[in-house]
Amino acid sequence: MHYLKLVLKNLFRHRLRSALTVTGLVVAILAFGLLQTVVQAWYAGADMASASRLITRNATSLVFPLPIYYRERIKAIDGVKAVAVSNWFGGIYKDQSYGNFFPQFAVDDEVWFDLFPEFRTRPEELLAWKKDQQGAMVGRQLADEHGFKVGDTIPIKGTIFPGVWEFHVDGIFEPRDDATITRQMYFHWDYLNEQMKKLFPKRAEYAGLFVVQIADPGRAAEISQAIDKEFRNSLAETLTETEKAFQLGFVAQTETIVMAVRVVSFVVILIIFAVVANTMAMTARERLSEYATLKALGFDPAFVAALILGESVALTTLGGILGIALTFPVAAAFKSLLSAVFPVFNVAPQTVALQALAALGVGLAAGLLPSIRAARVRIVEGLRYIG
Amino acid sequence: MAERPIVSIAHLSKSYRRGGEDVPVLRDITLDIARGEFIALMGPSGSGKSTLLNLIAGIDKPDAGTLLVDGDDITRLSEAELADWRAAHVGFVFQFYNLMPVLDAFENVELPLMLTALSRRERRARVETALALVGLSDRMEHNPNELSGGQQQRVAIARAIIADPTIIVADEPTGDLDRKSAEDVLALLRRLNGEMGKTIIMVSHDPHAVESAERVMHLEKGELVPDVVPAQAKTPGGFPSARE
Repeated sequence: MHYLKLVLKNLFRHRLRSALTVTGLVVAILAFGLLQTVVQAWYAGADMASASRLITRNATSLVFPLPIYYRERIKAIDGVKAVAVSNWFGGIYKDQSYGNFFPQFAVDDEVWFDLFPEFRTRPEELLAWKKDQQGAMVGRQLADEHGFKVGDTIPIKGTIFPGVWEFHVDGIFEPRDDATITRQMYFHWDYLNEQMKKLFPKRAEYAGLFVVQIADPGRAAEISQAIDKEFRNSLAETLTETEKAFQLGFVAQTETIVMAVRVVSFVVILIIFAVVANTMAMTARERLSEYATLKALGFDPAFVAALILGESVALTTLGGILGIALTFPVAAAFKSLLSAVFPVFNVAPQTVALQALAALGVGLAAGLLPSIRAARVRIVEGLRYIG
Repeated sequence: MAERPIVSIAHLSKSYRRGGEDVPVLRDITLDIARGEFIALMGPSGSGKSTLLNLIAGIDKPDAGTLLVDGDDITRLSEAELADWRAAHVGFVFQFYNLMPVLDAFENVELPLMLTALSRRERRARVETALALVGLSDRMEHNPNELSGGQQQRVAIARAIIADPTIIVADEPTGDLDRKSAEDVLALLRRLNGEMGKTIIMVSHDPHAVESAERVMHLEKGELVPDVVPAQAKTPGGFPSARE
């Protein structure tokens, strides 16, 4: 059919111009996809959160601990299945460079991995860890990054908890899926507590927070209230919320940055829209005499408009496909370079859909005005036009 | 009983608005063109000859008067109706050929047939016949930029006749050609007129070109002046003059 032939042949008529426009589109769609992925990576922790887990922390601030005996009282509340303690350790591995930073948590060895089924452990490794006071379980991503293997010893300099601490790698846990973050290390809270008893007795017997597993996610609000009520008017009042709300609380602290990234991603699309619209306006202007000829031959204005719209959409589709295809390897490179910041950096299907939609939208919007102009051009004026 | 003229123009006027003023381009034109006639319109620049051709071809609309082509008053047709009418009744030959640069000769000639219900096989047969008629059977797959000016104009003529139109309008068809190519194109137009009975209305500045026509009408300042019949006209005096 001549329509498709005209669209495709016109597309490559000015090769340099088309190539430059497609290059711009590729860069824009790629940047848009990466920026959208950054926004999603920001929420990765919250996305990983389970509806059946609550977090109980000190109501004053997260930096203040809670007495460890709260664990038993929380466990006794109706609807609570299990409770685990977790302390942020915040130690330094090798040096303070960003690449060597990774989170370490002191946790309850008995229930921790039961509470987090998204971490897959090997039974023999889990058993070995439970028996080893200085043992640690290392996430797959962290192990791969630093080359940690079972049997290695990881020396970490404490900041919140002074001293040089040595941990034995007893096991490596695997992620259940791509959205699971495994760039962290868990060790025994008992080991931390015993050391504190020896070195700083006043700091012993405290938990950073409690992870509470509930049987019915539908009762999350009710159980949260019950936990906080249990410790009302105590020396350390609690604040209990869902794990997702807890994670989003961290994201909220950087909400402005996330918003800025989001805005920039759409500004990129706006800029490429202007570029493509300019290309299509020039293209349509140059070909006014051809469009007038087609109209003189009897082709209706809608056909002429469809030629320009088709060319515009074909141009942006080409750029969109290349941009989307490039997003995956670039995102993978981005992930390997910035895994300390974004342990999960996966291009989501909705990001690809947004990229495709942006490419299509830019194509339609950029071709709209030139196509209307060409469709409306008076034949006698168009025939006189020398492009 | 005399045959009805293929084009019948009565009291046709056209003006353009320039700088806030109406500038008359055609004034009270009355003219009949017989079926199978080869008529040339001559006149200085701005005399209105191209405007008259555009009106006859249905790509412009008059301000007043009637314009019947094969019995249809095309001044009353809407834009959409005019587009259909042009596709069925008018073959265009332009000074600068106006071929689609990205399509080859075959596809350019085939273009008007895309608006018909003809099958691919029927279209191919007709395009091959038309290109053979203009002597370009061996250039079917050449793009316009691979053809000389004369060859391009012959492709344009093949495109003009492909849908078997009622009239062929040619606006300075030899204006961009060398003498030899111009003569080839004129010979082709004469052949279409003489052998196939095509009605041709041609605008030209070139006195040599208009010698091919049976009748020459002169326009000056938007008005028809008494017509001149070339010495070698095939039927001297056989056609009506501009009506009073």
